[in-house]
Amino acid sequence: MTHILSVSVLNKPGVLTRIAGLFSRRNFNIESLNVGKTENPEISRMTIVVKGDEKVLEQVTKQLHKLINVLKITELDKNSIVERDLILIRVKCTRKQRSEIIQIADTFRAQIVDVAPDSLMIEATGTEDKLEALTELLRDFGIAEFVRTGTVALSRGQASK
Amino acid sequence: MPKLNGGEIIIESLKKENVDVVFGYPGGAVINLYDALYNSKMKHYLGRHEQGVIHAADGYARSSGKVGVCIATSGPGGTNLVTGLANAQMDSIPLVAFTGQVSSSLIGKDAFQEADITGISLPVTKHNFLVTDIKDLARTIKEAFYIARTGRPGPVLIDLAKDVTQAVAEFDYPDQVNLPGYRPTFEGHKLQINKAAKAINEAKKPLLYVGGGAVISGAQSEIRQMVEKAKIPITTTLMALGIYPEDQDLALEMLGMHGTQYANKATLETDLLIAVGARFDDRVTGKLDEFAAQADIIQIDIDPAEIGKNLDVEVPIVGDVKKVLKELLPYIKEKENGEWQQRIKELKEKYPLQYEADESETIKPQYIMEEIDKYTKGDATIVTEVGQHQMWAAQFHKYKKPRQFITSGGLGTMGYGLPAAIGAQIGQPEEKVVLIAGDGSIQMNIQELGTAQAYNIPVKIIIFNNKYLGMVRQWQEFFFDKRYSSTKIPAPDFVKMGDAYGIWSKSIDQKSELDTALKEAMEHNGPAILDVHIPEEENVYPMVPAGAGLKDMIGG
Repeated sequence: MTHILSVSVLNKPGVLTRIAGLFSRRNFNIESLNVGKTENPEISRMTIVVKGDEKVLEQVTKQLHKLINVLKITELDKNSIVERDLILIRVKCTRKQRSEIIQIADTFRAQIVDVAPDSLMIEATGTEDKLEALTELLRDFGIAEFVRTGTVALSRGQASK
Repeated sequence: MPKLNGGEIIIESLKKENVDVVFGYPGGAVINLYDALYNSKMKHYLGRHEQGVIHAADGYARSSGKVGVCIATSGPGGTNLVTGLANAQMDSIPLVAFTGQVSSSLIGKDAFQEADITGISLPVTKHNFLVTDIKDLARTIKEAFYIARTGRPGPVLIDLAKDVTQAVAEFDYPDQVNLPGYRPTFEGHKLQINKAAKAINEAKKPLLYVGGGAVISGAQSEIRQMVEKAKIPITTTLMALGIYPEDQDLALEMLGMHGTQYANKATLETDLLIAVGARFDDRVTGKLDEFAAQADIIQIDIDPAEIGKNLDVEVPIVGDVKKVLKELLPYIKEKENGEWQQRIKELKEKYPLQYEADESETIKPQYIMEEIDKYTKGDATIVTEVGQHQMWAAQFHKYKKPRQFITSGGLGTMGYGLPAAIGAQIGQPEEKVVLIAGDGSIQMNIQELGTAQAYNIPVKIIIFNNKYLGMVRQWQEFFFDKRYSSTKIPAPDFVKMGDAYGIWSKSIDQKSELDTALKEAMEHNGPAILDVHIPEEENVYPMVPAGAGLKDMIGG
């Protein structure tokens, strides 16, 4: 069972180490961890995807709260959030295959961001499932390089529930 | 505003925090701080090793209830503090540790005596800071003390780049802290308190299970009222011995692996366990599924993460133990609990703590504890190292007041006792402080004899000398077919060692000598070592094997 936690933290030195250290020390499993600035430069937001049952989640939340620089922790309800990953994939391709790959990218609303004689680079955003589907399709052509962010997520506004 | 250098700012800040005693060991990276100490009225105790220094600060904190402060230099100075930090973290002891760091321009360059002590100490501190700008210094110290002593206390480390202690700035100590991410809950939730009261009033066999949190909170009088108002029997963890006088009818003393049979049997029979500042440690509960299996559980703790960490509880209350109990008490009905009281009495009569005493001249360790209890009229502060002697000290002495028993509970740090006893004595100069040590443990920080001698700290060191690492040997006897792998440890001549330090020392091996020797040691004006030879293969009973349920006790 995975849970998505949105954690606001004060931008102090070592805050990422403190959080990562807590997870390893307490034997919690992180699926992914994403950190970035927010509208307030003093505060960063981490999106942490955690694996575990409700009891594990409760401990994770409580232990995170004990860190002095953690301000707020919200578990995001998967039914009312927007969650996105971003991937960059460089796919091997011959001239003949190029249009086929572009077609696949279009279907997934992905962008071609770089073209080389023997490869294409594709940028795609979306949910984990969507990106995995895209990756699977491209695998047949040969994936030369691949990089992916962890999940970032925010709750939807009240009106759109 | 006065302009001061970093070292002076630290001293002035310590004064603002009402610190009058610090423990430390100088070095290159803290030389400016030591220069500031030179002219100050701050009392500084020089240890003989940084581990000794921090355990002394810890013992001081435990005996006095104040924040312990220690200083070490960069690199090895800092790394030598690590065990002491972990020890304080496990037992929730408020400490502020200052470490020197290389100059900010050299950080990360593998400079001489550089170690990333904030990185190293991260998992063993409540919080830590690296100060690289003198403008942050006073505020950081203010925050460190606030974090160390409030909520669930713990050690806080401040790493000081050398140039910070050299630089000059205006000294402006803030009145308030601004820590938006740190807001401990002190007041218990009203609804939960009502629920707890209802459960307690309805319970037929309630049992108080009290831990170190109650000592930290200073809740002894509330605990006493709870016990006496509704006639609730009470068992305590190692960390809370003495929070309720152990000579009382409702006192079941310690529970757990080496707890009393009656305490453990009571946990098996209770229908309502009231956990107060206790964390369901594995040495207390044994097999979790079987612990208090008949009971609903109320858990009162200031740390929300402790609630439900090991065991599900029916009524959780987050808050300061003393405050919560104060709120709770008026709702508790006076009760006799006659049948349950009778049962407790039966258990205590039927399964007393005991040992094989005989008429021979052998000196049994349990007997020594009883004699110390008798000689000091149960008033001394007992400090221990870690091992068999620690358990005998917990079992065979009746503790009467909180902070009377000082021991490394969570981390189980051999080598804690001697420096902690020195710190404890400094924290309570009027009390008699007795260190109960094993011949193994005492050798782990033996160099602190030098500290005791230099400041004439009158700690009485009683060595339970069995020439073994006894607790491990006991496990090897029970579970490894007496294969005593690396547990035989020939002891040095402790009397000669005491002599070398100029400390009064004596060694005995006959029971008839004990009385006089104890008296001599206790009455000696200054530190004293009494090396007592005890049977080599004496065991601690009762015992619950690790991982077994409390019903499966061995012996006693």
